[in-house]
Amino acid sequence: MTSGPVVTAEPVMTTAAANTAAAGSAGAAGADTIVDAGTRGVGADVGRPDGVPKVQGRFAFSSDLWADDFLWGHTLRSPHASANIRGIDIGPALATAGVHAVLLADDVPGCITYGLEHGDQPALANGQVRYVGEPVALVAADHPDVARRAAEAIVVDYEVTDPLIDAEAAPDAAPIHPDGNVIRELIIRHGDLDSSGEVTVEGIYEVGMQDQAFMGPESGLALPDEDGGVELFVSTQWLHVDREQVAACLGIDEEKVRITLAGVGGAFGAREDLSLQVHLCMLALHTGKPVKMVYSRDESFYGHVHRHPAKMWYRHHADRDGRLVKVEARIVLDGGAYASSSGAVIANASCFAAGPYKVPAAHIVGLAVRTNNPPCGAMRGFGAVQTCFAHESQMDKLAAALGMDPVELRLINALDSGDRLITGQVITGTFPVAEVIRQCAGAPVPDIPPSDDRRDLPGGSGRTTNAADTVRGTGFAVGFKNLMFSEGYDDYSSAACRVADGVATVTCACAEVGQGFVTLAQQIARTELGVDEVILAPAQTATIGSAGSSSASRQTWMSGGAVQAACRAVRVQILADVAADWGVSPDGLVLRDGLVVSLDGQQEALLAQITAGTGYEADVEYHHAPTEALDENGQGNAHVSFACAAHRVVADVDPDLGLVRIRDITTAQDVGRILNPTQAVGQIEGGTAQGVGLALMEEIVLDNGIVRNASFTDYVIPTTLDMPDVTIAAWVEEPEPNAPYGAKGIGEPPTISSSAAVAAAVRAATGLPLPRIPIRPADIALARNEVQQ
Amino acid sequence: MSDVVVARSLDEAREALAHQPDATVLAGGTDLMVEINRGLRRPRHVVGVAQVPELRRWHIADNRVVVGAGVTYTEMMTTALADAAPALAQAARTVGSPPIRNAGTLGGNLGTASPAGDTLPVLAALNAEIVVTGPDGERRMGLDDFVVGVKQTSLRPGELIVAAELDRPTGRQEFLKIGPRNAMVISMAGLALVADHDARTVRCALGAVAAGIPRAREAEAWVAEQIDWASGAGVDDGVADEFGQRVAAASSPIDDHRSTAAYRRHAVAVLATRALKRAFSSGEAGDA
Ligand SMILES: Cc1cc2nc3c(=O)[nH]c(=O)nc-3n(C[C@H](O)[C@H](O)[C@H](O)COP(=O)(O)OP(=O)(O)OC[C@H]3O[C@@H](n4cnc5c(N)ncnc54)[C@H](O)[C@@H]3O)c2cc1C
Repeated sequence: MTSGPVVTAEPVMTTAAANTAAAGSAGAAGADTIVDAGTRGVGADVGRPDGVPKVQGRFAFSSDLWADDFLWGHTLRSPHASANIRGIDIGPALATAGVHAVLLADDVPGCITYGLEHGDQPALANGQVRYVGEPVALVAADHPDVARRAAEAIVVDYEVTDPLIDAEAAPDAAPIHPDGNVIRELIIRHGDLDSSGEVTVEGIYEVGMQDQAFMGPESGLALPDEDGGVELFVSTQWLHVDREQVAACLGIDEEKVRITLAGVGGAFGAREDLSLQVHLCMLALHTGKPVKMVYSRDESFYGHVHRHPAKMWYRHHADRDGRLVKVEARIVLDGGAYASSSGAVIANASCFAAGPYKVPAAHIVGLAVRTNNPPCGAMRGFGAVQTCFAHESQMDKLAAALGMDPVELRLINALDSGDRLITGQVITGTFPVAEVIRQCAGAPVPDIPPSDDRRDLPGGSGRTTNAADTVRGTGFAVGFKNLMFSEGYDDYSSAACRVADGVATVTCACAEVGQGFVTLAQQIARTELGVDEVILAPAQTATIGSAGSSSASRQTWMSGGAVQAACRAVRVQILADVAADWGVSPDGLVLRDGLVVSLDGQQEALLAQITAGTGYEADVEYHHAPTEALDENGQGNAHVSFACAAHRVVADVDPDLGLVRIRDITTAQDVGRILNPTQAVGQIEGGTAQGVGLALMEEIVLDNGIVRNASFTDYVIPTTLDMPDVTIAAWVEEPEPNAPYGAKGIGEPPTISSSAAVAAAVRAATGLPLPRIPIRPADIALARNEVQQ
Repeated sequence: MSDVVVARSLDEAREALAHQPDATVLAGGTDLMVEINRGLRRPRHVVGVAQVPELRRWHIADNRVVVGAGVTYTEMMTTALADAAPALAQAARTVGSPPIRNAGTLGGNLGTASPAGDTLPVLAALNAEIVVTGPDGERRMGLDDFVVGVKQTSLRPGELIVAAELDRPTGRQEFLKIGPRNAMVISMAGLALVADHDARTVRCALGAVAAGIPRAREAEAWVAEQIDWASGAGVDDGVADEFGQRVAAASSPIDDHRSTAAYRRHAVAVLATRALKRAFSSGEAGDA
């Protein structure tokens, strides 16, 4: 950040010096087996450079941005799920003292629509609104309250129409958008569809609309540039795709939109789509002044996409021994008003619909539809979460029908490397599903005596429940998904490395959204270059090419791979020069401890001296192996790699009140290789907590398209009394052949199987079918009543 | 823009309110600031009472517990007040998180008068008298006369809540509350139950299941007849269950985004049954 905004809090610390304190404990699992990295390279338990500032409140989030003489932007949103706009009177708003601009759809300079997959979403409502919260007008003013009140003074003449809110009715309903109501239908036909099993089980399952519930609401600052361009500081997951869409809406060249990542307060998929990016830039270009926007908490619930609610019908066929014969499913995801990434989400939901099992035949119909509900898109687990709940519920049902142990049933069907998915793709990488199941299920079940401490009981601090009022259940689930983007998409990453005066500088536009790339990039550079001090340059569009999205569990692999390749390219240059100088072969030289050393021990030189002055640099693009589109039967090598996880949950349930206290969560995960143990634990704990939330409490409650709980008062996420410590029985380390250091992405798998395992535990405790998550107290307490009566 | 008077004594607070009767009282701000930040309220005049010593105290007088309006939840839980009014401490423990409990006050819970205000069922079950002061001098009233509707009180312009005076019965006190998770929740259903062995009565009041804070008077009268007060024996399951049903009849819950009427009615019955059993069990007194 050389020019422009003055950030009052401390910017991200990126030099190695920042984390010496946290780096005391040397690398545990894996460090010795990878590269001689010292204690701060790949595999080591290096602390986050931004960790201490974050805990101390010194880290600058995007809401902390500040510039001289800036204006505050505010968005007027639709109160209606479906309406035509007959007219908008901005007169009173414009006349408000302190207001600098009021902008409408007609003021969008370039293309009016944007979108991740299809440009179907207007930057500002264009004659019509299709969901509650859709942006209609923008205001810039010299004070946030003035902007808010001016927005309230805008008079919009709405002709309200009946909203389409039933996803299942959407395909046959009158289109609510020129692109129609079916965003994507994906049909998978695999194997002998006439086959059938001796035992079949059937079920209908439902998943509610989950929110990513990040802590840092959407915020950013745009500054007009003299060349007619704009500089944008924003929290996002993918700088370059933002730039592409923003530039199109602004009608200017991409080079004129310069985006820098501002401090991100969580993402989980919610920052993949644009929120305020275009709006900020429009206001800045229109007023010629810097403009800042920060969504309020309730506005944030309207400002980003959510996890798709799902309705799923399933029929599993198996033989008497429990071997799966065929899986049939129909999956309907409610995509809300605009496409966002619904097409890719339904692909994941469908491709992984049968779970990590060998399934000779499958018929899956996946449907993502458009309604007047809030738009849904990316969220951690991306479609696999919904179908995991369904397929794991089915596996338990099947085990019960067969009189078989549910873990055993999963084991005999577990996929392995060399097996075929229902898309026909043969798994070529590692995929130790059976080992993950064995490790998780085989871990000793902790002996947790019933406790009289309220905090350990269902209902917690509410004092509702005595130990005698509870029953205990144990549930097990396993799930999987793809790593990286699929279906032919080339989601490459770019990185540059420069070594000068013995210090490495890494440049990559990978968005640090909390996953720990800032730590990992430094670890990789240390391992590859034998340096200690590594500077990570700001993530910007102007300095480097795209890193792709911080999603799909892909950045450790993709941007990690790009950083590794860039560092290696620099290493090759350095060693070539030194080898020429010393008259030896570069193969006999290594970089370590800030030195160039010959393996025969004869010669060494300081890297700082060799790289003095201009130094060495390299710039690379890293691509994963190409994938293919799915054909008309949903068959094809569409995915790069896969990862799985299993969870076992012990829950105490108060059936009379329908309250749940989880007592133990044990997990095992297919991780490829652990590159930083603490960060891995963080991903697993956080991902599991998000799954627990979906299983028991997290749901956006809709009433005719209106969000009824757009606040953290009523959209509740787990507290420490809802979320026990996670026991990691094992991370199963089978290095992935094509992945840098053999590491698989680990962010999403914990969220996939945890919800299903919690639901299974509550079922085991209560004996109720519970076909829907989140499981609400009434779903248990009243269902039991009905059963009893 | 609003002007703010920070009162340092009860007299200063009274004076400021007499001078500006339409002023809004600010205590811990845990309700008021949320409303202001959401643009729901824009007070022009504010009188801050968090530093009024007279409101921050509690004491026992004539065997009644007098709790100043400015007493915080943390104080209700951690001082000797927790022994004098155990159900109040139990309710306080269920409120929000530690920062909210450090700031939020009894007077603020009364002032907001939400059906989900967690101290309110306790006040109702302990026959609270609410003491207010203002231009018309001091007034005292029961909770029923103070909370007159959803988030509506009978406070008159310029009036200040000073204290709540509570019974100090000899029996056990119980507060139970259900929310959508195990801590930090707005009540979906709450219940306070108090056993008074001297008066040989049981008193039970409900939160979040009606527009006000209903007392289950019919159920109270019925169960008082069923209990063997002389022997101190526990209640049997049949009585406890029927009590639950009778208490539920005093509720008039609604469906909303937090829960359904059917669940709330069911839950109140379960809570009442359990509270009664606890209050008449031979075991240790309930924890806070
Ligand atoms: C995160 C969070 C969690 C919460 N959880 C709970 C919960 O679990 N249970 C619960 O019951 N509440 C909860 N609340 C609401 C709130 O904390 C309580 O209602 C609290 O008691 C309000 O007290 P206060 O001192 O902060 O009141 P303030 O916000 O200062 O005032 C609230 C109202 O009372 C009036 N008022 C305050 N004092 C007086 C007085 N002496 N005389 C006259 N009027 C007065 C004010 O004018 C205002 O109208 C929560 C709030 C938050 C923000």
